[in-house]
Amino acid sequence: MSYCRQEGKDKIIFVTKEDHETPSSAELVADDPDDPYEEQGLILPNGDINWNCPCLGGMASGPCGEQFKSAFSCFHYSTEEIKGSDCVDQFRAMQECMQKYPDLYPQEDENEEEKSSKDLEATPVEDSVAKEEKGSS
Amino acid sequence: SLRCGTLALLPLFSHCLSSPTVLQCHHLRYPSRALTSSGVPGKAGSNLLLYLIVGGTVTGTGVYVYKTLRENKERFTSRVTTVTTRSQEKESSASASEARPEVPSHVPFLLIGGGTAAFAAARSIRARDPGARVLIVSEDPALPYMRPPLSKELWFSDDPHVTETLRFKQWNGKERSIYFQPPSFYVHARDLPFVENGGVAVLSGRKVVHMDVRGNTVKLNDGTQISYDKCLIATGGSPRNLPAIERAGKDVQQRLTLFRKIEDFRSLEKISRQVKSITIIGGGFLGSELACALGRRAQTRNLEVIQLFPENGNMGKVLPEYLSNWTTEKVRREGVNVMPNAVVKSVSVSGNRLVIKLKDGRKVETDHIVAAVGLEPNVELAKSAGLEVDSDFGGFRVNAELQARSNIWVAGDAACFYDIKLGRRRVEHHDHAVVSGRLAGENMTGAAKPYWHQSMFWSDLGPDVGYEAIGLVDSTLPTVGVFAKATAKDTPKSATEQSGTGIRSESETEAEASEVPISPSSSPTPQVPKEGEDYGKGVIFYLRDKVVVGIVLWNIFNRMPIARKIIKDGEEHADLNEVAKLFNIHED
Repeated sequence: MSYCRQEGKDKIIFVTKEDHETPSSAELVADDPDDPYEEQGLILPNGDINWNCPCLGGMASGPCGEQFKSAFSCFHYSTEEIKGSDCVDQFRAMQECMQKYPDLYPQEDENEEEKSSKDLEATPVEDSVAKEEKGSS
Repeated sequence: SLRCGTLALLPLFSHCLSSPTVLQCHHLRYPSRALTSSGVPGKAGSNLLLYLIVGGTVTGTGVYVYKTLRENKERFTSRVTTVTTRSQEKESSASASEARPEVPSHVPFLLIGGGTAAFAAARSIRARDPGARVLIVSEDPALPYMRPPLSKELWFSDDPHVTETLRFKQWNGKERSIYFQPPSFYVHARDLPFVENGGVAVLSGRKVVHMDVRGNTVKLNDGTQISYDKCLIATGGSPRNLPAIERAGKDVQQRLTLFRKIEDFRSLEKISRQVKSITIIGGGFLGSELACALGRRAQTRNLEVIQLFPENGNMGKVLPEYLSNWTTEKVRREGVNVMPNAVVKSVSVSGNRLVIKLKDGRKVETDHIVAAVGLEPNVELAKSAGLEVDSDFGGFRVNAELQARSNIWVAGDAACFYDIKLGRRRVEHHDHAVVSGRLAGENMTGAAKPYWHQSMFWSDLGPDVGYEAIGLVDSTLPTVGVFAKATAKDTPKSATEQSGTGIRSESETEAEASEVPISPSSSPTPQVPKEGEDYGKGVIFYLRDKVVVGIVLWNIFNRMPIARKIIKDGEEHADLNEVAKLFNIHED
C-alpha cells in the first residue's frame, strides 16, 4: 500500500515494490517513426546514413571524415555477396588516413590501447599535445 | 593480402554500432551512464549490426584483422614517432610559406566562441557538409573542452598530476581528457582554405569585438577582419559577482575565485592545499558541487569548507523543499558547514583573513571565497550586430530554429530560444550546449529543424545524491515525488541509514531498530512517513497546468528516454503514481 503526504504544493508518495508490480495504466502517445524533428539513429527513414548520428562520435567529422564517409557509404550500399568487398580501395584510403592520427583513431583493442599508452606515458604524442596546446594561443 | 589491414575498420564499426557500447565512441557525450541526448541507436543501429552479422565473413575478417593489428604494436610505436615529426614538419613548412596569412580573410562557417556548443556545431557541420571549412574563434587560450568535470570528476581523481593532464574517469571506468579532441584533430587556421577535405581550425586567445551583419564580417580584438557565409554565436557567459564583493576592493578580489574555466580549477586546487578555510557563496549546482568536492578534500587535511546562500537549502531553486533539506544534510555529511538563509552584506579584510558580514548580523571568517552565484550571458556583440537581447532570460533572442538573423545562429548558454513544448527559455547546462550546438550546425547546413529533442542535466553531490533531470525543473512549480519505500522487514537497515552512520556495532543497530515501530504481521506493512524519511530513490514530476514539464530521476539511472517521452507527449495524467511505475524505481 502506498503512502502519501502533502507538504504545501508538493506531494510525496512512498511506494513499495509490490505497489509498483501491477502494470501501469498511464497512456503514452504513439511515436511517429518518420517524424522529421526527432533525433534519428544511424540510418534515416529514407535509407541514407545519418552522418550526424551521435553514435559515430567524431568519425565523420574529423580529418579522415571524408574517407570514412566514402568507405562506409560504399559498404552500406554494397550489394556484393561479401558485402563491402567492392570497397577495398575506400577502406584502404581510410585506414591510411587514420594511421596518420593515432591519437584520434586508436588502432588497437581498447584495453590494449590503455596499456600501451601507459607504456608510452612520456611519448612524443603526449608532449606534442602539451606543446601544441601552448602554441595554439 | 587483400584482407589484411584494409577492412581494419569493421571491428570499429561493430564496436561503434552495437547498442550498449555505442556511446563509448562519443567524444561529446559525457557521461555515458545515462542514455543522454544520443538519439535512438537501438533501432537503426541494430539494423546495421544485422548487416554486419549477416555478412558473416566480414565479422570473421574483423577478428582476423584485430589479431593482426595486435601483433603490430611496434608498427604503432613507430607511427607515433612519424606523426610527431610529421606535425613538426607541418609547422615549419607552414611558417615557411609566408604567402598564407595567419588568419583567412574569409571562412564559410565562422563560430564565435570555443566551448561545448561551438564544438558540437563544428562536428555537426562537418558531418553534414562534405569538406566544410569551419573556423572557431575563442577568447579562451585552451582548445574546446567540457566543463562538468572541473567541478566534479577532476577533484576526485587519484592522479597527482590531474591539474596538468585534466583527465578523469568516466562512469564506465574509462579514462578520458576533458578536451573534446586532441590538437591533431584541428587544422591550422592559415591552412583552412587550402586543406583538401576542409576541417576545423581554432583561433585561440582572440576575441570578436565587432560584428557587421549587413556586410557579413567580424572584427577581432587585434584588428583582423574575417568575412563569413554562416555564423554561429556561442559566446557562453561569464560568472556573476556579488555587488558586495565588487565594492570591496582589491584586497578582497585577490582572495576570490569566480569559477568557470580550466585556470580557475587549477588555481582553486592549489589554493585548497594552501589555506585553512574556503567559503563558497551560492547554493546551486556549481556551488554545491564545489562544496562537496572541497568537503571531501577537507577530510584528509586541515581545511574548513563553508557554504552559504540565501535559500533554505542546497539546490533550493531546483528541488522541492523537503528534498532540498534532505540534500543539505547530505552535503553537510560531506564535511561542509552549510549555512542557508545567508545573505552577504559586506566583505572586508582583517589581519590576513576575509570577514564576511551577513545581513542577519552573523560573521564568517575565512581565507578564500569562491563565488558561484550565476552566469551572465556574453551578449556584447548584440550592440554592433543589432541583435535582440531577451529582457526576461538574458541572452540573444532566437527563434525555435536558433536563428537570430538570416545567416546568424546562437547556441549554448547565450541563446534565449523558443522551445515548442516548454516555451521560451535559456538553459545553462552541458547537454543543452551539445544539443543546441548540434542543432545550430544542422540548421547552418540547411536542415531548418526546431529545438525538439529535450536536453538533460545531472548533478552529483556525494555518494548518496546523484540525479538526472530534464525539462523545467523549477522548485516554484507544484511537484509530485514518488519514492521507493522500504518495507518493515528492511527497517533495521533503513534505521541505520537514517541515523547516518553506516558503520555501527551490531548492538547499537538493534537498539535503533527497536525504536522504530514494526508491525507484528508477517506481510510487509508500510510505515507512516515521518520526519527524516529516507528519499533514497525515486522520480519527481514538476507540473504546469497539470502537465508534466520537468522530471528529476533521483538516484536512478538509465531512464532518461522514458522521462523525455513523457515531457514530449505533454499529456495530462490523472494519476502520476501510474506514470511513476514506468520508471521501475525499485530496481537499480
